[in-house]
Amino acid sequence: MIRVVLPAHLRALARVEGEVEVELNGTVTQQALLDAIEARFPMLRGTMRDHVTKKRRAYVRFFACERDLSHERPDAPLPASVAAGIEPFLVVGAMAGG
Amino acid sequence: MSRVRVLVGTRKGAFILESDGARRDWKVDGPHFGGWEIYHVKASPADPNRIYASQTSSWFGQIVQRSDDGGRTWAPLGNQFVYEGTPGTHQWYDGTPHPWEFARVWHFEPSSGDPDLLYAGVEDAALFRSADGAATWEELPGLRTHPSAQSWQPGAGGMCLHTIILDPADSNRMFVAISAAGAFRSDDAGATWKPTNRGLKSNSIPQEEAEVGHCVHRIAMHRSKPNVLFMQKHWDVMRTDDAGESWREVSGNLPTDFGFPIDVHAHEPETIFVVPIKSDSEHYPIDGQLRVYRSRTGGDEWEPLTNGLPQRNCYVNVLRDAMAVDSLDACGIYFGTTGGQVYASADSGDTWTSIVQNLPAVLSVEVQTLP
Repeated sequence: MIRVVLPAHLRALARVEGEVEVELNGTVTQQALLDAIEARFPMLRGTMRDHVTKKRRAYVRFFACERDLSHERPDAPLPASVAAGIEPFLVVGAMAGG
Repeated sequence: MSRVRVLVGTRKGAFILESDGARRDWKVDGPHFGGWEIYHVKASPADPNRIYASQTSSWFGQIVQRSDDGGRTWAPLGNQFVYEGTPGTHQWYDGTPHPWEFARVWHFEPSSGDPDLLYAGVEDAALFRSADGAATWEELPGLRTHPSAQSWQPGAGGMCLHTIILDPADSNRMFVAISAAGAFRSDDAGATWKPTNRGLKSNSIPQEEAEVGHCVHRIAMHRSKPNVLFMQKHWDVMRTDDAGESWREVSGNLPTDFGFPIDVHAHEPETIFVVPIKSDSEHYPIDGQLRVYRSRTGGDEWEPLTNGLPQRNCYVNVLRDAMAVDSLDACGIYFGTTGGQVYASADSGDTWTSIVQNLPAVLSVEVQTLP
């Protein structure tokens, strides 16, 4: 199972507490993971990436293993420790505003 | 005894205020959706327990919430607002073409007869329709593809479609207003649109009386006179008696005719209310005195209403969707401020009380009169 940490506002929207776990078959990529999250929690569609273009929203960041993966290709494999469920994939609201 | 429910959208959540018909004691419920910008909360006239809320965030985008139990519980519904076809461009602040990009829903307008039918006015300016209670949305593209649309420019708050009025006497007729494109009317249920800005003069655009390009802040109508509309423009208070074919200025003796909201008394179609604001660069009342102005003559002649409103050191603003009226026999007027107060008058504006204080900045106020 892949561990995902959502920001507080999206946890409230999805009505979950703590980490979310999703199961993926095949190569674990950012795109496949977000597809799986949105399939399980349809109310999150459009909140992390655009409905149509699938482009990441400007103030959303993806971190894992102490790395910023926000600018990685969506179809690039995520780190092996994320795919193995050792490290969580973090969806983060970017620091913005004064 | 009748009850009143006030739906308040703020920069950091929604609040629901309830009182009996006396409107003296208020129960405050909220925040709902804490931390999110709630641009608008509006109930269906056809089902008072059906309430729609526009929940937005620069981080996480647009959420549409619906309650079917008067605001006690909510469920997120369809939030996919996709412009039909290739969106094209409008003018950006620097005059260059800019692609149409959806940002948020500014205003919901539910149908008076069908609780599942509603319209959404969005930024970048377009009109969407849902016939399934906000589960799915389709654009009415005739507005955004109007030949003038390439010349539309955003106002300081973005290029937003903020006003939707459904003609109670003609189901095919609707009015919208866009900052800063102006007012438009459709006579075929939103399929096609015509600009209805004749008579408007704006000295901040190259052609003062251009067909489009006016920063209309708000339009209001009384149900009994659907051809009469009142407008608070960026500067100037206007009225039309022919459904927007021509407008005339009715600012009269207002101390300043800049402002955002305008509304009409529930039972007196020629009694209207505005909140004069000092100027377009000083978004606060003149001399720190918060005054609602009332005209009982459909404009031109105005009287200040101050009883119960702060008359010193008040430097708040009242935004375009932040005024509403109830329909009790003694008409109630309500407005919210950027300072987080909601003021109410239970006597057509003669006296005012602050019914809640210290909320986040108020973006919108709507009122339901319940049996």
